[in-house]
Amino acid sequence: MDAKIVNRPALIEICKHIPENSRVLDLGCADGTLLEILRENYGAKVHGIEIEQQNISKCISKGIPVIQADLNEGLGSFKDNSFDFVILSETFQMVRNPDYLLSEMMRVGRTGIINFINIGYWLDRFQLFFGGRMPKNKHLPHEWYNTPNIHLGTIKDFQDLCKSLDIKITQQQPIFSALKMLPKVSPNLFAKKCVFLIEK
Amino acid sequence: MFRINGENVEMLIVQAQQATFQELPLESGEVLAPATIEYETYGTLNAHKNNAILIIHALTGTAHCAGKHSEEDKKPGWWDTMIGPGKHIDTDKYFVVCSNCLGGCSGTTGPRSINPKTGRRYNLQFPQITIGDQVELQKQLMEHLEIDRWLSVVGGSMGGMNTLDWTVRYPEKVVSAIPIATTWQLSSQSIAFNWVGRKAILSDPAWENGEYEKELPESGLSIARMLAHITYLSDVGMDMKFGRNLQEENKVSKDFSTSFSIESYLNYQGQRFVERFDANCYLYLTRALDYFSLADHGDGDLSKALAKATADFLVVSFSSDWLFTTEQSKQVVEALKNNGKNVTFSEIDSNYGHDAFLLEVEALGTMIREFLKYQHTKLVRGEK
Repeated sequence: MDAKIVNRPALIEICKHIPENSRVLDLGCADGTLLEILRENYGAKVHGIEIEQQNISKCISKGIPVIQADLNEGLGSFKDNSFDFVILSETFQMVRNPDYLLSEMMRVGRTGIINFINIGYWLDRFQLFFGGRMPKNKHLPHEWYNTPNIHLGTIKDFQDLCKSLDIKITQQQPIFSALKMLPKVSPNLFAKKCVFLIEK
Repeated sequence: MFRINGENVEMLIVQAQQATFQELPLESGEVLAPATIEYETYGTLNAHKNNAILIIHALTGTAHCAGKHSEEDKKPGWWDTMIGPGKHIDTDKYFVVCSNCLGGCSGTTGPRSINPKTGRRYNLQFPQITIGDQVELQKQLMEHLEIDRWLSVVGGSMGGMNTLDWTVRYPEKVVSAIPIATTWQLSSQSIAFNWVGRKAILSDPAWENGEYEKELPESGLSIARMLAHITYLSDVGMDMKFGRNLQEENKVSKDFSTSFSIESYLNYQGQRFVERFDANCYLYLTRALDYFSLADHGDGDLSKALAKATADFLVVSFSSDWLFTTEQSKQVVEALKNNGKNVTFSEIDSNYGHDAFLLEVEALGTMIREFLKYQHTKLVRGEK
């Protein structure tokens, strides 16, 4: 495992699913850390999409090819089926039309990997139920009015969406830190995040 | 050396040089014999010859892209903010070459050069040159300087077209390419602007069918420049800088002399331009732009043309550039991607319009610096 992501279990989980020499597109690739690992350790042919200028420079310094674009506008310039894997890590809830982006992912890639923030997590429920206010905690640090997370949903919500779009969830791996058994029993309640692999 | 903020800063003093080649066969089938190219170099070509960078100027630029010709020089080269010791394109690390493009009027053979066959200026006898011809002359310079390949070819606007042409004409000579604020072919609108600019020159009585000598067609050329200058700025940028300001407060001119600040600014730009540029060159160079299409390298298919490229690309556009738009850059990027090429694209957010490529030094420079560094490291490691 690469030291750069030792504290990022979701990224470790994503790497597990990518065989060597795959073609990988990372949507919202930030500074290109994940793609660099996939290229260096897994021989992947990588490409990123990112919106922030500073992140573009960071990707360039790693030699990660990146396109500056807004995911809200879809993946227009990417050809159908041009990637084995299309990754969307912790960005899904920020886009304007998540359903459209999902179908775009399925257009350009064979397999989609989504690192999904689960608002069905017990702490979020607890805060809303007993506090009477929108959850605010370590994994959802923003106020309700300025959060970039404009489309929060639960694991069950995501499953329903995939079903309605005729997208198959081939694997789901709840991400947890301490309570190892519970998320397996009820991921929707006990997993902060969940990595989904989806296919058409 | 002089001191800024207590640090010794090396002042880059450069001399323009010239090389003359026996002949330059042109795409039109004609041959220029001889062909002279004016160029400047900065930094040192290392023993492995893997640090050479070619800089290509825009429509009316010169070989003087960085430093000064003497300590007393008032203005440095046109991209001095980008190129120099310790700057984004670091002349302590790289050997930078910049030449005046074929058809220009700053030392390189162009319409105002003397035709050796007649002993007089070419003027309209000058053959119509192309972007590809400009690249061919740069290629001869490359051989003259004993450079085997460019670590990077970098150019904005017309220089970006040269850059793109290099990548498919001599793919094996170009390790990486940075086309900036450019296009793979002009849109109808851009051709239209060039047409009106040329018409202004052609209608100037002083132009005299290109045979002007004592009196220059200044009026026509300055109108062409003013028109073009508008296309280099953006609506919002112009409004921010000039708004509806009048030259003198509350003074509305009764005649049609300059009244608004923007009018006065354009006038000034037009006047400065005729001091340094030539009307016939303007005709030839804008025609070269109009006729350029990278797709010609692929039987009219851009994707097929770019399939030949082997370089890594950094393509940069600017959000408010309406002359060579982000959309046009994206078409290049898309064609490269579809060919599985290594391409990075950035659209820099800017209000400066087309001129942004000279002004957005930090955002653009940071990317260029990182890109060059990576390309150089890769080349040194022997991965390319």
